[in-house]
Amino acid sequence: MSDVMIRVENLTKEYGAFRAVDQVTFNVRRGEVLGFLGPNGAGKSTTMKMLTCYLAPTAGTANVAGHDVFDESLEVRKRLGYLPEDTPLYKDMSVLEYLEFAAEMRGMTPNKSAARIKEVGGRCGLSEVAGKLVGELSKGYRQRLGLAQAILHDPDILVLDEPTSGLDPNQIVEIRRLIKELGQEKTVILSTHILPEVQATCSRILIISGGKLVADDTPEALRAREKGSRYRVVVESAGVAAEAVREKLAAIRGVARCEPSAKELGVHAFSIDAATSDDLRRAFFRAAVDNHWPLLELVRESVSLEDVFHTLTTKDPTHSEEARA
Amino acid sequence: MSPALVISKREIRTYFNSPVAYIVVTVFTIVFGFFFFNNLFVEKQADMRSFFSLAPLMFCFFAPAITMRLLAEEKGSGTIELLITMPVRDWEVVLGKWLAAMTLLLTTLALTLVFAITVARLGPLDRGPAIAGYIGLLLMGGSYLAIGVMASSFTRNQVVSLIISFGICFAFFLFGKVLPFVPEKLQPLVSFLSTDTHFENVSRGVIDSRDIVYYASLIVVSLLIATTALESRKWK
Repeated sequence: MSDVMIRVENLTKEYGAFRAVDQVTFNVRRGEVLGFLGPNGAGKSTTMKMLTCYLAPTAGTANVAGHDVFDESLEVRKRLGYLPEDTPLYKDMSVLEYLEFAAEMRGMTPNKSAARIKEVGGRCGLSEVAGKLVGELSKGYRQRLGLAQAILHDPDILVLDEPTSGLDPNQIVEIRRLIKELGQEKTVILSTHILPEVQATCSRILIISGGKLVADDTPEALRAREKGSRYRVVVESAGVAAEAVREKLAAIRGVARCEPSAKELGVHAFSIDAATSDDLRRAFFRAAVDNHWPLLELVRESVSLEDVFHTLTTKDPTHSEEARA
Repeated sequence: MSPALVISKREIRTYFNSPVAYIVVTVFTIVFGFFFFNNLFVEKQADMRSFFSLAPLMFCFFAPAITMRLLAEEKGSGTIELLITMPVRDWEVVLGKWLAAMTLLLTTLALTLVFAITVARLGPLDRGPAIAGYIGLLLMGGSYLAIGVMASSFTRNQVVSLIISFGICFAFFLFGKVLPFVPEKLQPLVSFLSTDTHFENVSRGVIDSRDIVYYASLIVVSLLIATTALESRKWK
């Protein structure tokens, strides 16, 4: 089995005339913690509801752990743990009763579930509230119970919708620590609209706005944008091989990543991420001179993460296109 | 254990952990008992007939009261999302809810056995019709509860659910009462649809397969509609 755990292709969801999710495509590999970032109402929850088989996509497909969410939803749900937004739990049950119920629903035998409940309860810090009614729990404990029921059956994939909303700063740190821990063995998708959150927990970030995917990047790359250590280099293509230019540029000291950016006629354009915050423009210029490349553009892009987010998620589509390029 | 049974177990626990079950069951038996014994001492006959003749109307109130929250509450509070993203089929959710309501109905009917015992002490009780009557109560109660589950699947508001299921149950009850006013050609149809007509057969001690088929189909159709309503979230 390939290590792609979630494969989403052109996923679309329409509520009547309103398109909540619009042709979203992405993959998630095993062991990745994917942050789903976007303003409220961007379509994060709807996407998650489709991945967890609560809603069916209007168009497109989603394949989770090798099974289609619509045709084999039972198989998908067996391999998936889900924490919905606002943690809807039965308030009239005690913490222990709730976990026992979840274990039974997952088809665990009483012998196995007792040990597992103890283990998960301890890991999520629920031991001291085991006998309390869910309705009497603080928001922090409710959230932990939500997480506990999601990981109870040891699923390969965790989908967490705003796992830290409504928590105080200490609780947020705790939950993040737990998610990071879980991310080492599982594939995790979590949604949030808090920027530092994704930096703290995620290995990859998807930014979604107005139902559309506007960015798919690592937090490092986004941080690079924040520090202004992303460069754009454009070289005239006459008589110069793109691959040769890319190799030379990538070999420059301090360059972390050099990718050809959107195709433009007659030129080779590259998007370069620097590992340092030092100014590398001099080095790029020297490389161009030494190799006799006609250098057309050399720009150090300078935006903060908040800027990136803002640009990507404001309604004006031309803005988002620019930012993506 | 099958997911349907796990769900009904949880639901039964909820019934008996909250005052709702106790209140509904107590009020039901008191009101039922009052009307029953009122008639009993007037008629001076040691049988359960007046008990059974009251049942179709009483169940119109009882069934919606215990089924109104089953799915509507889950939809209102959002817990349905967690429930349904567990590995469970939609029909198993619906069936589990209905089984829980049936358990509460059984409990209530068990309490009304006191009436039967009382009557039996007052005079010789004709057992055949009494047993048949209880079977009839289970069938009719089951179909009213299925209608209640169905109504509960339509809305996230428990009051709306209560009113819808009461309306439908009462309509089925009324079919039997309005028979004289219905055009002659429609009479067999309306009489067939009436829960009352079928229940009368059973409570006389005649258990006919037609009556059983009638109640069974009422239950199955209502639960299927409830399942479809639950699945409607997945319509593209």
